[in-house]
Amino acid sequence: MSLPLLDIQDLKMHFPVKGGVFLTAKAWCKAVDGISLQINPGETLGLVGESGCGKSTLGKCIVGLNKATSGSIRYNGTDLTQLNTSEFKSHRRDIQMIFQDPVESLNARHTVGETLEEPFIIHKLGDRVVRKQKVFKLLEKVGLQPDAADRYPFEFSGGQRQRIGIARAIALNPKLIICDEPVSALDVSVQSQVLNLMMDLQKEMNLSYLFITHDLAVVKHISDRIAVMYLGKIVELGPADEIYKNPLHAYTQALISAIPIPDPRKKSKRIILKGDVPSPIDPPEGCAFASRSWISCTEEEAKQPGEFKEVTPGHWVEVHPATVENYRDYL
Amino acid sequence: MEPAKNILEVRDLVIAFDTDAGQVTAVDQVSFDVPRSRTLGIVGESGCGKSVTAFSIMRLLPQPMGKVLRGSIKLDGIDLLKCSQKQLHKIRGARISMIFQEPMSALNPVHRIGKQLSEIYQLHNPEMTQKDAWEASIEMLHKVGIPSPEIRVGEYPHQLSGGMRQRVVIAIALALKPQLVIADEPTTALDVTIQAQILDLMKSLQHEMGMSIIMITHDLGVIAETCDRVVVMYAGRVAEVGSTDQIFHNPKHLYTQGLLQSIPRLENTRKVTLPTISGLVPGLAELPVGARFAPRSPSPLAEDYLQSEEFKTIRPTLKEVEPGHWVENCPAVLVDSLY
Repeated sequence: MSLPLLDIQDLKMHFPVKGGVFLTAKAWCKAVDGISLQINPGETLGLVGESGCGKSTLGKCIVGLNKATSGSIRYNGTDLTQLNTSEFKSHRRDIQMIFQDPVESLNARHTVGETLEEPFIIHKLGDRVVRKQKVFKLLEKVGLQPDAADRYPFEFSGGQRQRIGIARAIALNPKLIICDEPVSALDVSVQSQVLNLMMDLQKEMNLSYLFITHDLAVVKHISDRIAVMYLGKIVELGPADEIYKNPLHAYTQALISAIPIPDPRKKSKRIILKGDVPSPIDPPEGCAFASRSWISCTEEEAKQPGEFKEVTPGHWVEVHPATVENYRDYL
Repeated sequence: MEPAKNILEVRDLVIAFDTDAGQVTAVDQVSFDVPRSRTLGIVGESGCGKSVTAFSIMRLLPQPMGKVLRGSIKLDGIDLLKCSQKQLHKIRGARISMIFQEPMSALNPVHRIGKQLSEIYQLHNPEMTQKDAWEASIEMLHKVGIPSPEIRVGEYPHQLSGGMRQRVVIAIALALKPQLVIADEPTTALDVTIQAQILDLMKSLQHEMGMSIIMITHDLGVIAETCDRVVVMYAGRVAEVGSTDQIFHNPKHLYTQGLLQSIPRLENTRKVTLPTISGLVPGLAELPVGARFAPRSPSPLAEDYLQSEEFKTIRPTLKEVEPGHWVENCPAVLVDSLY
């Protein structure tokens, strides 16, 4: 088996919650709390979860926008968490990010051409003429006209701006792209165009994607494997079809059942979860999901943490009395 | 006399905005009915005019840019467009109310939940005491499923989660048992599990209180789950109207069909190319007289139609293709079976 492109081990990102007169850390917000994941070359790993579960924080840790508290992120064998800023720079070329809101992630005062040229300038690649040619090639690749280079972001529609965001991300031939809700802000008809573009580019450039989203239908369509995140932890991980056909974790089942089906003749059997996601500041002790699960367990059991186990090849789930029905079968 | 079948009847509504580029028409001769105790969905992409239509029913168009040029909006026979401000104050909140997309901006951050809820009771019943209004607020919060309402009533919006805030907004909207509730993307800002809770709540409250709902959303899944009838809007016009089943299982307009095909579905094979609608939603300043979807239409008739004099001069009307199912009458934007 080939080595994974990215290997995350026991990653933690705790933010201090400051308070008091001297602004000392009064509590810790455990946004990412012990995550281990692998991403293989050419693979799309979908990361789903509700707002506040820490999925974006995880993405930012990988590109170095957040400095992880502990754990390791190995990219091709190098631990990114141990690198200083200048050492990190050479790896930035390989790991890029696409953001949710292309309006905010593009510099409004730069023309599209200037924005797309910048990565080449920063990494000192080619002279002016070569860079210009590369910009035109990028625009062509993402389906925009060459004259787009001289225009400003506000002149484009949402879908076109996201194409510019994608062009910027693929400029330096990266290996891995962290996509943080790339299509959530787009209209339905434009969303499918951008998803198609991303799938085409993946084939062409052998890209790996970490696709972060809360939209379960989109993630199912684009992913090879899916990781479900709840309160800073991965609760279920497996091949995309397996996760949808045979979800084991009570939270995954609830998430899938909550998707509104665009067909009035099919009535979904909804599992309605109680309450809201607990705060990642002082999360519940033991099993974080026990308080919202419809599978009941004793108070004693709820205080014990679940065990993340491989139940069938490649399919991992947090096994706990409150998270998996007939949990004893999986112990 | 038996009450009319529809609570709301919108006829030939034309709304224009004054912009730097001159007057643009955001809503162009839109007509639809909202049946009693039923849910009507309005679906379309951003800029299609769905929210503008909703705001005009509440008479909340931004002033002085937004103008209703023509048409009528009749609530139980009363034309809302002809009402005075004084009459409108009595209607808004009591007979028609609105649920907004972003609960944090719909609530006032510096007033307690209880005060914001009591306000609507006292505005419409001036003789109601503070204490009674507070009690009624607690009762209403209980109804929308807020745990320990007697404590929550004294809290501020920032102390509640997004889902709870949206429940408060729903409580305010339904406090006076309105006949019609306009919900403008009520669950777009919420997570799926919370969305499921809110949609269930709205359904059960509708069952209990019998109000009609106009559900405005771009999410076809939400439409399929909640609506009885659907209006599909494109670039300020109605492209197709029908029962939810007609729209989802027998779409006649190529735009409706394109929308339905382009959403990723759970039962589809992964990683295949999704069908798309080519091109972009046109800007409001450059709209043609003829069928507005024609430049993006995949129909083989589209090319000739775009060259024709008809496209430049004649506005297509709606025709009824089966009982209750209306579609823009222009072959260039219709699915094959119709020509």
